[in-house]
Amino acid sequence: MIPAPFAYARPTTVEEALQAIADGGEDVKVLAGGQSLIPVMRLRLAAPEVLVDLTRVEELRGVREDGDMLVIGAMTTHADVLTDPLLAQYGQLIVQATETVADRQVRRRGTFGGALAHADPAGDLPAVALALDAEFVLAGPGGRRTVPAAEFFVDYLTTALEEGELLVEIRVPKLGEGWGVRYEKFNRVAQAWSIVAVAAAVRREGGRIAEARIGLTNMGPTPLRASATEAALVGVDVSMETVTAAAAQAAEGTSPSNDLNAQADYRQHLAQVLTRRALAAAVGL
Amino acid sequence: MTAVEDPTSSVDLPPAKEVGQARRRKEDARLITGKTTWTDNMVLPGMLHLAVLRSPVAHGRITHLDVSAAKERPNVVAVYTGADLAEEQGSLPCAWPVTPDMVNPGHPSIAVEQVNHVGEAVAVVVARSRTAAADALEAIDVDYEPLPVVLDMEQAVQEGSPLVHDHTTSNTSYHFVFDAGEAGTGSDTEQAFADAQVVVSRRFVQQRLIPAFMEPRSVVVQPSGDNYTMWSATQIPHILRVMAAMVTGIPEHKLRVIAPDVGGGFGGKLQVNPEEILCLLIARRLGKPVKWTETRGESLMTAHHGRDQVQFIDVAADRDGTVKGLRVRLLADMGAYLRLITPGVPALGAFMFPGIYKFPAYRFECDGVFTNKVPTDAYRGAGRPEATFAIERIMDELAVELGMDPLEVRRKNWINAEEFPFTTVAGLEYDSGDYHQATEQALELLGYDELRAEQKRRRESGDPVQLGIGFSTFTEMCGLAPSRVLGSLAFGAGGWEQASIRMLPTGKVEVVTGSTPHGQGHETAWSQIVADQLGVPFEDVEVLHGDTAISSRGLDTYGSRSLVVGGTAVVKAAEKVVEKARVIAAHLLEANADDLEFTGGKFTVRGTPGAGVGIQEVALAIFAAHDYPEGVEPTIDAEATFDPENFSFPHGTHICAMEIDTETGFAKIRKYACVDDVGTIVNPLIVEGQVHGGLAQGIAQAMYEEAIYDAEGNLTTGSFVDYLVPAASDLPHFDTGNTVHAATSNPLGAKGVGEAGCIASTPAVVNAALDAVRHLGVTDIRMPLTPERVWRAIHQGGDGGDRAAAGSNAQGATAGETAAASTDPSSSGGHL
Ligand SMILES: Cc1cc2nc3c(=O)[nH]c(=O)nc-3n(C[C@H](O)[C@H](O)[C@H](O)COP(=O)(O)OP(=O)(O)OC[C@H]3O[C@@H](n4cnc5c(N)ncnc54)[C@H](O)[C@@H]3O)c2cc1C
Repeated sequence: MIPAPFAYARPTTVEEALQAIADGGEDVKVLAGGQSLIPVMRLRLAAPEVLVDLTRVEELRGVREDGDMLVIGAMTTHADVLTDPLLAQYGQLIVQATETVADRQVRRRGTFGGALAHADPAGDLPAVALALDAEFVLAGPGGRRTVPAAEFFVDYLTTALEEGELLVEIRVPKLGEGWGVRYEKFNRVAQAWSIVAVAAAVRREGGRIAEARIGLTNMGPTPLRASATEAALVGVDVSMETVTAAAAQAAEGTSPSNDLNAQADYRQHLAQVLTRRALAAAVGL
Repeated sequence: MTAVEDPTSSVDLPPAKEVGQARRRKEDARLITGKTTWTDNMVLPGMLHLAVLRSPVAHGRITHLDVSAAKERPNVVAVYTGADLAEEQGSLPCAWPVTPDMVNPGHPSIAVEQVNHVGEAVAVVVARSRTAAADALEAIDVDYEPLPVVLDMEQAVQEGSPLVHDHTTSNTSYHFVFDAGEAGTGSDTEQAFADAQVVVSRRFVQQRLIPAFMEPRSVVVQPSGDNYTMWSATQIPHILRVMAAMVTGIPEHKLRVIAPDVGGGFGGKLQVNPEEILCLLIARRLGKPVKWTETRGESLMTAHHGRDQVQFIDVAADRDGTVKGLRVRLLADMGAYLRLITPGVPALGAFMFPGIYKFPAYRFECDGVFTNKVPTDAYRGAGRPEATFAIERIMDELAVELGMDPLEVRRKNWINAEEFPFTTVAGLEYDSGDYHQATEQALELLGYDELRAEQKRRRESGDPVQLGIGFSTFTEMCGLAPSRVLGSLAFGAGGWEQASIRMLPTGKVEVVTGSTPHGQGHETAWSQIVADQLGVPFEDVEVLHGDTAISSRGLDTYGSRSLVVGGTAVVKAAEKVVEKARVIAAHLLEANADDLEFTGGKFTVRGTPGAGVGIQEVALAIFAAHDYPEGVEPTIDAEATFDPENFSFPHGTHICAMEIDTETGFAKIRKYACVDDVGTIVNPLIVEGQVHGGLAQGIAQAMYEEAIYDAEGNLTTGSFVDYLVPAASDLPHFDTGNTVHAATSNPLGAKGVGEAGCIASTPAVVNAALDAVRHLGVTDIRMPLTPERVWRAIHQGGDGGDRAAAGSNAQGATAGETAAASTDPSSSGGHL
């Protein structure tokens, strides 16, 4: 529970941070809220030689508007997310999911960007980002590039971030009029990780569903979209029957793990039940 | 219950009795803020730090161990292996040889040739800082030759099973039997079963639990010449002193043990730990103070665990529900070694299986079984929760079998109020109580009739959320213990307790108690008792404890004994103080001692208004000692040792209403009501707190907690990510109440409350869950009631294959197809 020795840098700008990472040599790690990284270092499952702490990089923190998009700085903490007025208006799915993350202490320190960069399939925010088709803005020695969510999550704890790169901000579409959302999380105790969770955003037009976006948490090594369910919902009447029928396809194409909390077949069952519940709540049934 | 102090002062009123008041705990401010001496806060000049290298294999021979590189690491002072310490380390003590032929393989503090569980100490680094010690562990080179790993008790007792200890002939440590027929406390059990109209048999599993106290274990040892002072986060400084002296050969009078403020234990610190011995041995070698503080991971992995039994229980009854006989056979997992009272925990439970019921016949058998896991030992309730679970679960099963109401079966068989004192089939004499009254009150608190009506509605409409109601009408034995009884059970110590009272010149009072608290609030409760006994202000009393140089005799805190036994010693000491003071007061008042009355802290002369002297003034007078009667010693200080004649028997009725989401298997407590009879209540706030905490732990066993080993013997629930301790947010509101039937074995009338909630609640919760889903074809669900287990039971019927998460307690390995799906231990450990 005591980390191995490491060197430490605390830059104040993105540029300085990139420089510190470049200077750090082979084994550099970026430190955001430390809520995932510090525990693994304390268990000595990770022993980076240099830590580049981003907590003083002010430009990475906060939420702003950019036309139809919201831009969330990577270092925006979970607690910031929960009190941000723009997110309250246009980012309810993110807010709902963030409310379920851990406990107050962890939310005070943990960051939106850190949670996404960590890419734990049981984490609550990756599936939300995927459902929203978020865009990930990465800065590296050669400049900035933007990666869509569908390409950002590569594998278990693995993202499109290259060595020397930083996640600087995440762009998500504003969900306004007509959209209903729900993050439906299933876990055993309040502060625990998801066994399975479902992020649903549904746009209604009259009595019909115009568009549905469904992200699945912990149903495979990366967050997944419930594509079959999404497709089945487009154009259908809003009713418990249509929602239930579509939700029955939620586990298609998933490959959840067997672990202490649940076997794969049970997770697949849960995905269907939770998808139905998330959709029903999102469309106001 | 009122949980706040009455802010209105009562200056004009006669001093109210302290006993019975909901005093806020005087020790809490320092405990909660941490501004106190937790052992790990201790810093001594020149202090060195220990870090322990632990075995990653569950069973293996150490074939190669090279510490030379570690010795070269910066700030490392020494590195020791088992071979270095083998000559002097002796064996950790087991104080409870439950049978004369019990096999105790011996328990080294540090492995010498062989490791027998994951986490066993293999080498110890001593360094100038904690971090240097931790870093140097990585430089130690060890090879193990793996040996077959024994994990499943039911396999371990089979002929031909690999052995945990190859110098023994089997994995069975002992076979303990209590037969009421043979003991003369009941009739022949086999006959009772042969004659019975109905027999119900069940197999229940008590999963392995981790005490999970808040303050990690910590030890500091300071040598000074040939004297040693040990600070330890222990429940048992007095017992530890004797045991550590015997193990290390340090003479008892050269060893002082101090338990400063201790942050919880739940039985988990009722132990003589390997690291306590290692700290002593190393401090002796180096002549320097040393400290060891465990990490949370070490704590979960190596501090002793609790429960872990397979229970086979049979009840015989008539068709009308009258019970005729009870038969219990246990396999109790000892783990790899016998620690302080490892074998005694299930044996203590033997006497509680009959519960509150009038069984005419009873037989109990238990095999203590070795496995390659960390040893089990006391955990809140120690033997009694296991017994209560089994009896309260099978009473429900009997009711189902007979088509009777579960409460009706209980009523038919329980001891009636007018039958106390009642000698049970296990030979215990229950002191007092009224099971009917507690039950009626609990039903009222719960709103039973309405919930039953709602249950019916939900059933009829096929609601996806079903409701169930479960009972536990329990009793337990507390106030451990009459020394003669402990002697008859071959326990290695008595059960008395000591207290002394010192009257200081200014009239302030020091109470020295042998009961060492670790969070229970002794300082407050003892102050209340003494305030009443001596008629002094609550604030004038200071309670000293936990240091063998200050409180020289004591047997510490466990088994809900402190108030019942230790509190009584305080009462007895106070009575002696008053009697000694009476003689001095009579002299000062020039009156006859027999004519003095003592009330409200003042001696007055009967029939002489106005003449009087306060006991606090007497304290000053006798300190000056200018004027006191001849032939009397110049002190009113006194001490007393109390050895109870009987246990006390708290009881209560706990009722849980449980909602089960049949689509997901998620179980949620809707309402929880309990009425406990803990005898006289000294402080209702403390009682309420103890009940709440106990409920949390008992509910946690039913719903959340399980120490799980994988097939190689690794603890996969090695952090709080996977070992689920519920938080306040996971627990319901508790509706609590009390009935009061004073204990008859002590003058306070107190019965003990430390374990009640934990003992009572577990079966109420499981009975409630089953009541919710039994109509769907469910027969049993193993603890903890994970959503997956509940869901499988609903969807497959029966007990859902008696499994859910793979590898559970290594039992799952035998449970067919789904068990084959392997658990990747890192897959959950990865969420950080
Ligand atoms: C007790 C506990 C319970 C938790 N429960 C939940 C839960 O229920 N749901 C949930 O979703 N999460 C949970 N978490 C995790 C929490 O959300 C973390 O905050 C999050 O996973 C990591 O965010 P962080 O800011 O702390 O990142 P850090 O721990 O600092 O970093 C995590 C990883 O991301 C990398 N990284 C961080 N920022 C960047 C960046 N800008 N660019 C490139 N790489 C970066 C780091 O190098 C590191 O590898 C829990 C954590 C704890 C301690």
